[in-house]
Amino acid sequence: MILRRLDANGPVLRIRNDVDRLFNELVENVSHGRVFAPFGQRAFPALNVWEDDRTLYAEAELPGFKMDELEIYVSGDELTIKGERKDDASEDVTYHRRERGVGSFHRAVKLPVEVDAEKVEASLSNGVLSMTLPKAQSVLPRKIEIKS
Amino acid sequence: MTTEAIEKAEKKEITETEHTRNVQHYRPNVDIVEQAEELIVLADMPGVSRDGIDIDFENGMLTIQGRLDRAGPDGMTLVSSEYGVGDFYRTFQVGEKIDGAKITAEFTDGVLRLHLPKVDQVKPRKIAVQAN
Repeated sequence: MILRRLDANGPVLRIRNDVDRLFNELVENVSHGRVFAPFGQRAFPALNVWEDDRTLYAEAELPGFKMDELEIYVSGDELTIKGERKDDASEDVTYHRRERGVGSFHRAVKLPVEVDAEKVEASLSNGVLSMTLPKAQSVLPRKIEIKS
Repeated sequence: MTTEAIEKAEKKEITETEHTRNVQHYRPNVDIVEQAEELIVLADMPGVSRDGIDIDFENGMLTIQGRLDRAGPDGMTLVSSEYGVGDFYRTFQVGEKIDGAKITAEFTDGVLRLHLPKVDQVKPRKIAVQAN
């Protein structure tokens, strides 16, 4: 039997290296508590979601936004946030750094359960959007009476 | 969509400096704008309240710190986390000559706006050309 040595630049090892790299990234994300982001990681704004028995609660960091520059829609288990941060740059200035994003965004996410759209409340404080989303009556746990 | 879409910049954790408060620190995203009379620093510090902000300017080093007000609701379970929360911290070595005593700051909607006025001699002066 002839054993062929694997070439370090060959396709097999290259794929293996890629897999190793992805795995290491995942491990790193787990250790930083960033894993389990079912909504996808790249979208803006990033969302953190909490729940208890009756309510979902979500937060997003939206510094520099005013409430009237944001639109929030809820339908069933879908939450949509839209907004725009205006570019207030004037002409005769020099930018040494420009890291803060400007422009518009649109994000739609699927919530873990259906919520009662009528009762959703949102507020904006110090650049953090907070949304309280009561779960829909249909998904709330119901206590079943046992007939004697 | 007609306008430029906002790019999601992953929040950057700070690893090099150590802090006494045992919470994660993040680098706020900043814009630094130079105008004739002053430098303007805009820093995104969502979740920080006005009282939690500390600005320090010494020997050309500008330090911005923001202490997080609160992290999430009480008594609820986190089901999805796409960003980390913690304090904000960032330091700049400012090259331009700044009049430290005249630095002013405003904080609205999670954005810190710092005005760093240049000292008089570095302000551009218009030199009038005299006619003979």
